[in-house]
Amino acid sequence: MNTASLAPLAVVLPVLGAALAFILIRHQRAQRAVSISILSVTLILEVVLLSSVWETGAQAVNLGAWLPPFGITMVVDQFSALMLVVSSAISLSVLIYAAGQGMADGDEDGPISIFHPTYLILVAGVSNAFLAGDLFNLYVGFEILLTASYVLMTLGGTTPRIRAGVTYVVVSVVSSLLFLISIAMIYGATGTVNMADLALKLGELDPATQLMLHLMLLVAFGIKAAIFPLSFWLPDSYPTAPAPVTAVFAGLLTKVGVYAMVRTETLLFPGDRINTLLMVVAGLTMLVGILGALAQTDIKRMLSFTLVSHIGYMVFGLAVASVAGIGSAVFYVVHHITVQTSLFLVTGLIERRGGTANMDRLGGLARLSPLLAVLYFIPAINLAGIPPFSGFLGKLGLMQAGVDLGTPLAYVLVGSGAATSLLTLLVMARVWNRAFWRTPEDAVHPDPILLATSSDGSSLRSSENVNEHATGRFSGRDSVDLLPRTMVYPTVGLVALGVALTVAAGPLFSLSDGAARDLLDRTPYIEAVLGEGAAQ
Amino acid sequence: MTVNLTLLLVMGCLYAAGIYLLLERSLTRVVLGLAMLTNATNILLLATGGPAGLAPIFNKDIAADAYNDPLPQAFILTSIVISFSVTAFMLGIIYRSWVLGRQDEVQDDLEDRRVASQSSFDAEDDADVPEDTTEFTPPEEAEEAPGSQRGNTANDPEVTR
Repeated sequence: MNTASLAPLAVVLPVLGAALAFILIRHQRAQRAVSISILSVTLILEVVLLSSVWETGAQAVNLGAWLPPFGITMVVDQFSALMLVVSSAISLSVLIYAAGQGMADGDEDGPISIFHPTYLILVAGVSNAFLAGDLFNLYVGFEILLTASYVLMTLGGTTPRIRAGVTYVVVSVVSSLLFLISIAMIYGATGTVNMADLALKLGELDPATQLMLHLMLLVAFGIKAAIFPLSFWLPDSYPTAPAPVTAVFAGLLTKVGVYAMVRTETLLFPGDRINTLLMVVAGLTMLVGILGALAQTDIKRMLSFTLVSHIGYMVFGLAVASVAGIGSAVFYVVHHITVQTSLFLVTGLIERRGGTANMDRLGGLARLSPLLAVLYFIPAINLAGIPPFSGFLGKLGLMQAGVDLGTPLAYVLVGSGAATSLLTLLVMARVWNRAFWRTPEDAVHPDPILLATSSDGSSLRSSENVNEHATGRFSGRDSVDLLPRTMVYPTVGLVALGVALTVAAGPLFSLSDGAARDLLDRTPYIEAVLGEGAAQ
Repeated sequence: MTVNLTLLLVMGCLYAAGIYLLLERSLTRVVLGLAMLTNATNILLLATGGPAGLAPIFNKDIAADAYNDPLPQAFILTSIVISFSVTAFMLGIIYRSWVLGRQDEVQDDLEDRRVASQSSFDAEDDADVPEDTTEFTPPEEAEEAPGSQRGNTANDPEVTR
């Protein structure tokens, strides 16, 4: 028995955990314990998978012993194992953060009890998408995570969330339909949906048919990954969800789209047929996204725009299509998942401490909570790409790959990448100047909670004196901790993980370059599924 | 590969009507449009299975090509279940939207409208004379200078000096 046969557990465990959490829906504590321990076990399992795949290369599991290309296959290679580990680490820390928020607010029942089962289903969908060895299973993985995300997006059913949820659901359903139509077309053309089998059979089709199938899949994944002309739904819908939900969406959901793009571009449609198109789209995604971020005053919306903008870097690496380019893109995905999630978690803390996420109304947070300032500062300059952080290393790798390619368009992309990096720094510095650096009195309408002091004159720790300031947020409750340790510790952990990516950048780059080499070679993947010698 | 012309026509009509309804602003029509689009896609999947044949239950006396292709039907089953759950969820949030605001239409994003209508001038970032937000100004000077006011006053040299 090889280690890869444990791979289906990465999907099965969260599903079973979700069922258990459903049963325990009236027992908040037990629910929290179940979901956190299930995700921890899943994470350990995926680390084992990664370490085994690192040595042996791609491995495949045939579910129910149906032989490929007929049965459902799950494939673990270095890329998917790396994505599994990162996504589980992120979802575990966000889950602890969310559980901490629930404990601090003392909500014993209410609609939030649906959060844990839905969250575990989301994790199962993400893992399924990463492991899928055939297109239809990839579609099912997407649908599992999307359906869970619909519920998480509209938690509580308030007016803004319903409004944003409608747009989000309709856009996601349309992109899934496009994906399903492409699957139908591909099945009609080749008679298979197994990706390794398709890698061999798609090349035999007429080039025009190939191009059409290729573009249809690209549009479907482009909507999910939020690439420029298809990205307008994202900043509209993400900011209204609760902070932990936005954080996990920002970290994981778009990256699943990016993963699917990398997989199809390298495995199913090799060659440079549409690389020029991808380059143009990547440049526009970077610039349009970051210019959108400049106009925002709400920190969550601003971060959603930077999220769109930085997807452009990954598409750029994919468009370069060299080992260095795709390797850097893989590294950048890992970096961006960690940093973007920590920024959203910190924004949740800012909103809690400062009463609002509108940077015009914030001020003085650096004095009120120095720890919060440090927690914002590190991922912010990491995202902007200040040396020596991982954002700098990822961008440097992408730019080197672009310069190695040497076409005029590649140089334009390197230039717009540098410009986007500078503009990101500007956007991050604006938040820093307004929310952290200036005094609350300088803000136009500072939130009352920023000016409130506790009874002994020291800075405020809980909401006990805030009710009189009529913020309305904590009305009806005695004392709510403003920065509960259960929420701060997971954020600290995630920020530390972002810093650790910088320290461990050497091994990580060798891993991502190895993953890129296997992706471009295609043979390891095909032979893992169809057996030795199948790729000839 | 042979294709059933009736199915093809039905599929085309469903796609056309579905896309038309999807582009409406009323949410109930959007849901109907999505239902039509998913059904059209199911027919498309069915068409990829080739001509109709025997039920795919193995019998060694029957040649393999006499059977119908079972795989597209498995796809359709999955897709029906998914579209069923999504439609149910959509109806749920449309009802909620109706309860909350008596609205059956796609709403504008208010924050987006606000950002779009704001002036590109930002007193703190763009003023000719940088807005003075320092804490180190002596109190008597701070009272004389009304520099922290927003808007056009920051452009007027007499007011800012």
